Amino acid sequence: MSPFPFPNAATELAGKVDWLFLGLILISTFYMALIFGPMIYFLFKYRRGKKADRSSIRIHTWKVEVVWTVIPFLMMMGLFGWAADLYYQIERPPADALEAFVVGKQWMWKLQHAEGNREINELHLPLGQTIKLTMTSEDVIHSFFIPAFRIKQDVVPGRYVTEWFRPAKIGTYHLFCAEYCGSDHSLMGGNVIVMKPEDYAAWLVAGAPRDNLAAAGERLFRDLGCSGCHVGSSVMRAPRLEGVYGGPVPLASGDVAIADDQYIRDCILLPASQRVAGYSPLMPTFQGRVSEEQIIQLIAYIRSLASKRPPEEMNK
Amino acid sequence: MNPIEIQTVQVQPETENYLSAAHTVRSWLLTTDHKRIGLLYLFSILIFFAVAAVAAALMRGELLRPHGAFLLNETYNKLFTLHGVLMVWFFLIPSIPAVLGNFVIPLMIGARDVAFPRLNLLSWHLFMLGGAFVLYSIIVGGVDTGWTFYTPFSSTYSNTHVILMAAGIFIAGFASILTGLNFIITIHTMRLSGMTWFRMPLFLWSMYSTSLILILATPVLAITLALMAMERIWHIGIFDPKLGGDPILFQHLFWFYSHPAVYIMILPGMGVVSELISCFSRKEIFGYAWVAMASVAIAVLGFLVWGHHMFVSSQSIYAGMVFSVLSYLVAVPSAIKVFNWTATLYRGSISFEAPMLYALSFIGLFTIGGLTGLFLAALAVDVHVTDTYFVVAHFHYIMVGGMVTGFMGGLHFWWPKITGRLYPEKLAQLAALIIFAGFNLTFFPQFIMGYLGMPRRYHNYAPEFQIYHILSTAGASILGIGYLLPLIYLVWSLRHGKIAGANPWKASGLEWETSSPPPVHNFDTPPQLPDKPYDYHPEADSE
Repeated sequence: MSPFPFPNAATELAGKVDWLFLGLILISTFYMALIFGPMIYFLFKYRRGKKADRSSIRIHTWKVEVVWTVIPFLMMMGLFGWAADLYYQIERPPADALEAFVVGKQWMWKLQHAEGNREINELHLPLGQTIKLTMTSEDVIHSFFIPAFRIKQDVVPGRYVTEWFRPAKIGTYHLFCAEYCGSDHSLMGGNVIVMKPEDYAAWLVAGAPRDNLAAAGERLFRDLGCSGCHVGSSVMRAPRLEGVYGGPVPLASGDVAIADDQYIRDCILLPASQRVAGYSPLMPTFQGRVSEEQIIQLIAYIRSLASKRPPEEMNK
Repeated sequence: MNPIEIQTVQVQPETENYLSAAHTVRSWLLTTDHKRIGLLYLFSILIFFAVAAVAAALMRGELLRPHGAFLLNETYNKLFTLHGVLMVWFFLIPSIPAVLGNFVIPLMIGARDVAFPRLNLLSWHLFMLGGAFVLYSIIVGGVDTGWTFYTPFSSTYSNTHVILMAAGIFIAGFASILTGLNFIITIHTMRLSGMTWFRMPLFLWSMYSTSLILILATPVLAITLALMAMERIWHIGIFDPKLGGDPILFQHLFWFYSHPAVYIMILPGMGVVSELISCFSRKEIFGYAWVAMASVAIAVLGFLVWGHHMFVSSQSIYAGMVFSVLSYLVAVPSAIKVFNWTATLYRGSISFEAPMLYALSFIGLFTIGGLTGLFLAALAVDVHVTDTYFVVAHFHYIMVGGMVTGFMGGLHFWWPKITGRLYPEKLAQLAALIIFAGFNLTFFPQFIMGYLGMPRRYHNYAPEFQIYHILSTAGASILGIGYLLPLIYLVWSLRHGKIAGANPWKASGLEWETSSPPPVHNFDTPPQLPDKPYDYHPEADSE
């Protein structure tokens, strides 16, 4: 765990970041000793009026220069490697994560759990579970910052970004917005609450959501009229959505897209941009008709169809 | 043996100099004399500095309490925007180049003026026009975007006078470009015959590198601000995703200018420090060629590291790694400079006049600023500390601890040349020490609270950070006194300071061969090029 008594380090990765930070402090101290030590010594020894040997230096200065060029260079590369390796771990979510979804807007965080529970400016988490957040913004750029986890990710409108962590300590931690976002930027935050798994399960039940995220998406899918074209076998007006998620989609442009969250989002808001091969450009845009949270629900529904196949194929 | 230099006390004849040549307002506002333009810049940037310093003082006062003392959220946001915009574009960028550079570059190379004196004057007028736009935008209500103008907040969501302020910065950018162009051509074409590139003072190498950045990077800033304004006025989708744009594109363009601009705000300080360390230790600079090339290396590498501002922006993590490794490379030439300055002291004959105190303070503060840059270049640590007070502390150590300290050192060093008068030495030494102490008390606590997670640009904050804010505000008060003192005694010295003579520091360099203040055309008799740059003899000057 962390070499420091504070700040709170509530994940294993936070401890690793603290070790790197300590390494940097030690290297900095080494350099400061190397620079200020001789400097202060020279300032005393060679101050004007004091007797000292001031004759010209008879060494090849280039040798000295090469030494203090090459050694810092090697140390810099070492630091880079250490930090880059840890960064890779921080930025790559493991596959087995629980999912939650975050929408930032001026000036609040709106959170949805896969089970359907919704929160504002609070995020309840089970201890020891890997959590992956998928995040976007309704307006300007925000940044989801949990100091106790040593993680931060800018939340950018128009795209999905992810952040992951595995809480290792029960407690309540700060949640901040770290990217300046307007008047009440400094009030855009709240708490992350790490609970025992059984308490978390009880909390989920107590929230008593009407539907889980995918079911809410399915309802929306019908209410918005998506099902009119994407379900039913009579006319081939729109592609079926069963088994689509996560796979390749051949596009009318000849390219192949991967049907991930971003692609589905773009299809809902900008249907003309990445049209599926073999279909006419009939789909209207839903820009302005669905909120970012609803898009997340729709994606959750489409993802829940990933392992299914269209009914008519099953009948063959 | 080196011949012992004989210093003759020069009796100042009452000849006409550049200050006494004319006294009308017109003779100042329409002057093409590089020395007068330098002073026009000095006067203007001090006004901008004062306004920005008042903003800083208000913010530091406000931050004494976790939930604010007397400012609205909007007001606080406008204050840090105006502090950043004025300090970066209207104080730091012109500070050493446009004030000291304008004044001493032609003198250092034995020239009568810069290559294009009228362009030089135009540059100051553009600068003032830009400044007028910015001040006007503040008077009519201010801007709340931060000096970084991140989209889509600036282009779509902010309800403040973004266009006015951006227009001011856009216009002032042309002043930077003209100054950079002028310096490059001046240094290329107007050096005294015999002054080869490797016989130039290192200040000129740093000015040359800075000028390259000014002319190559500033146009990108102008384009970026223009695109942002087009989106704001005509809703042309460039950066706002709702209009089909990409907000991250803005950050790439902005930092492509603004990271090199950081080096505009440190290289000139390094140039000054090379002059000071050498003069006050009576030693030729150690590793001249390495220090000179380090300036060029910093200027070139500075163009390749902009993405290190964007490690958590959602840019590709592999791009992040490339920018991280390049950022570590910039540390190497910076370290070379610091090592060479330290080595210059070895076997020197060191005295501690105020300019030297500023030079030593520069080395100390720049070293801390540079080393904490290693923390920020470390990808995994940056994820935690970016956008916190750690970053605020880091760049103030570079920009204030480095550049402003370098500027103060240079201003004291060349003050006798500029005015013909000496400033009061004891008082100046005291001020240098107060500034050093006040600076550290202001900004060191910010490293700690940054690592503890205090985000920047926060006006309401969690109570556990209050102690660090109190320390910081206390330091800022001391720092304020430290900056007021020189203002008072320098003005006092204009009338009451001792007559300086041509070369009060017994410094090497052509600017010290002419009288103080210099005549209108700089040299009454052609200057004599010394045998080598930094022609100092510590043994001879050991008493």
